[in-house]
Amino acid sequence: MMELIFQMVVPLTIAAVALYAMGKRVDVYDALTQGAGEGLGVMVKIIPAMVGLLTAVYMLRASGVLEALGTLLAPLLTKMGVPPETVGLLLVRPVSGNAALGVGTELIQTYGPDSTVGRTAAVMLGSTETTFYTIAVYFGSAGVKKTRYAVPAALCADVAAFLAAAWAVRVVFG
Amino acid sequence: MAMSVIWTGMVAVSVVYGLWAGNGPAVAAAAMEGAAAAVELCITMAGVTCLWMGVMEVMKRAGLAGKLSRLLRPLLGLLYPDCKGDKETMDDISANVSANLLGLGNAATPLGIRAARRLAGKSSGVASDSLCMLVVCNTASIQLIPTTVAAVRLAAGCKTPFDILPAVWLASGVSVCVGVLAAKIMARVWRKRK
Repeated sequence: MMELIFQMVVPLTIAAVALYAMGKRVDVYDALTQGAGEGLGVMVKIIPAMVGLLTAVYMLRASGVLEALGTLLAPLLTKMGVPPETVGLLLVRPVSGNAALGVGTELIQTYGPDSTVGRTAAVMLGSTETTFYTIAVYFGSAGVKKTRYAVPAALCADVAAFLAAAWAVRVVFG
Repeated sequence: MAMSVIWTGMVAVSVVYGLWAGNGPAVAAAAMEGAAAAVELCITMAGVTCLWMGVMEVMKRAGLAGKLSRLLRPLLGLLYPDCKGDKETMDDISANVSANLLGLGNAATPLGIRAARRLAGKSSGVASDSLCMLVVCNTASIQLIPTTVAAVRLAAGCKTPFDILPAVWLASGVSVCVGVLAAKIMARVWRKRK
């Protein structure tokens, strides 16, 4: 039942918006196609930023440096109360959503969904976004070259999310 | 500049470490794959992006976007003081926040892009404080119900996949607060440096 509700959020939202707009005598189809047309232009503008980002991300993953960093960081994380098993997730999360979901799923399956590691991984996935992807998409589509402090501020939020995820699991599940 | 430094760093580290660890050929293949994957991803995303930008246009013409934005104004006014008077931008930011809360990531991005383009239009090529805030808020997840993670836990045999919700809200709350605070503080520091 819950699952069906979540699945239906998107179609229900679209249908509700369309019905409401019809009630307001809006030319729904004309508005929809005009907006969709703008969307196409935006996507074309994002492609260069994504090519740059994904090339670097794929190279970084293939080089094996993330695993090496993970081994290096594990003792520090243990001191801060973060399960060291989650270090791979932590490093991949800001650069690749799919990879992070893969790493997280593996952790949840290996350690069990109700283990501390499994729960921490789940909370980390649920409380963060793919930071670099978001930055590339937003600034790419807006044509902004000087990003000023957006990257460091976003990374602060990421670090906070990871530490808070481990802390929150301890608080909620004792 | 920040992105240039990070990008160059990522590429250089990959090549040097990849060669050192004997993963050179893998790095070479990955560079090509990554570029191809980027275009594929954009094409896959294009349909959904167009759809949601269309739905947003319908919402705007029907006055729904305005209603949403009035609801969120007290909070968003604090985060985006420069756009308080700009109704259209506030409407787009409100729609972006709502979609994020509902966990409609596919909808949130196109709506956020609309807002970002409007914000960037005022300052050519340089990110304004409001644009930085918008990006930081979107990199820090504020999803109320993380459905994907719940589905993964369910698949792994969890009986109560949603029992992590309070922990997710706590962690998200901390992360958004830290992000917003960092953005507000850095905005001051950056202004002084000029």
